[in-house]
Amino acid sequence: MKTRIITICLALISWGAFAQHDHSNMNHNNMMNSNMSDQNKEMSVVNIDNTKAASSIIDNYLALKTALVKDNGDKAASSGGALYDAFDDFNISNQPAEHQKELKNIIVDASEHAEHISENGGDIEHQREHFELLSKDVEDLIVITGADRNMFQIYCPMYNNKEGGMWLSDSREIKNPFYGNKMMKCGNVQKELAVK
Amino acid sequence: MIKILKISGLVIVLGLMIIQFFPPEKDSTEEVPATDFVNNFDVPEKVQHVLRDACYDCHSNNTRYPWYSKVQPVGWYLQNHINKAKEDLNFSEFGNYSDRRQNSKINGIINQVRDDEMPLPAYTLMHRDARLSEEDKKAFIDYMDSIKGY
Repeated sequence: MKTRIITICLALISWGAFAQHDHSNMNHNNMMNSNMSDQNKEMSVVNIDNTKAASSIIDNYLALKTALVKDNGDKAASSGGALYDAFDDFNISNQPAEHQKELKNIIVDASEHAEHISENGGDIEHQREHFELLSKDVEDLIVITGADRNMFQIYCPMYNNKEGGMWLSDSREIKNPFYGNKMMKCGNVQKELAVK
Repeated sequence: MIKILKISGLVIVLGLMIIQFFPPEKDSTEEVPATDFVNNFDVPEKVQHVLRDACYDCHSNNTRYPWYSKVQPVGWYLQNHINKAKEDLNFSEFGNYSDRRQNSKINGIINQVRDDEMPLPAYTLMHRDARLSEEDKKAFIDYMDSIKGY
């Protein structure tokens, strides 16, 4: 009787472990399909080059993010303007030839977001809509160019009617730029862009 | 005093008459180019109607100019507005945008229509056919959602 109970327990445990494993695999697949998957609790690490090429873009992006965390639309507008200038000053021709076209596409798109953010100091929700798309641009950019500090991709499943949205930070600490004071702690670190 | 009023009135009328000879440069074609939004996606009829009735006058090269656009300075103002609108989003050139920019624009379109920011109230005031019913709006947003990448 005793052995039978032990056998059943072991069977249950191994089944549980298998199910768990299967589940994490599924999450992993989701992440491969779309890095916006909101079920994903695993953190991935992407190694990027250690360079200063995008420093001014990162500085101004982070200043913009902090302004949105503080619910300060006017400050976000001025940081958006400075970020626009940083994109304008970015020298694509110093980058590897095979990435130049993609970098140009990123900068055209990102500059437009930065410009809209700079023009909408009175409408912080509109600034946040652009900030979400801008964050994807900045991430794709620094994966190509490298960065001078470690960055984290943080995901908030609540944003945009629960479609979710992500932003970048230079810290693991969650301070939500989409909601500011309304939901400061919403988010989980999804990915680390680690400088080599 | 009356003389001054008469002279300034005359100057204004003359000025208005003269500016009628300087219409803005309009760029409107009947042609729907290969780069047009509708030629790059499989757009349902209903959504195409919304695009033509409520969006294309400002956001494409197929503007249907109203009669008062022939009166200056109203025409100047309208053209200036249309040029700015097309800089932000031109459906006639949508196919030339990078995938990334197309995706940003589709996101922007959804947000603007959902929040009733677009079509502009000043525009729907003059264009009754551009007013979107709840049904139009839903069909339009659902479609844009379906082609959105992220």
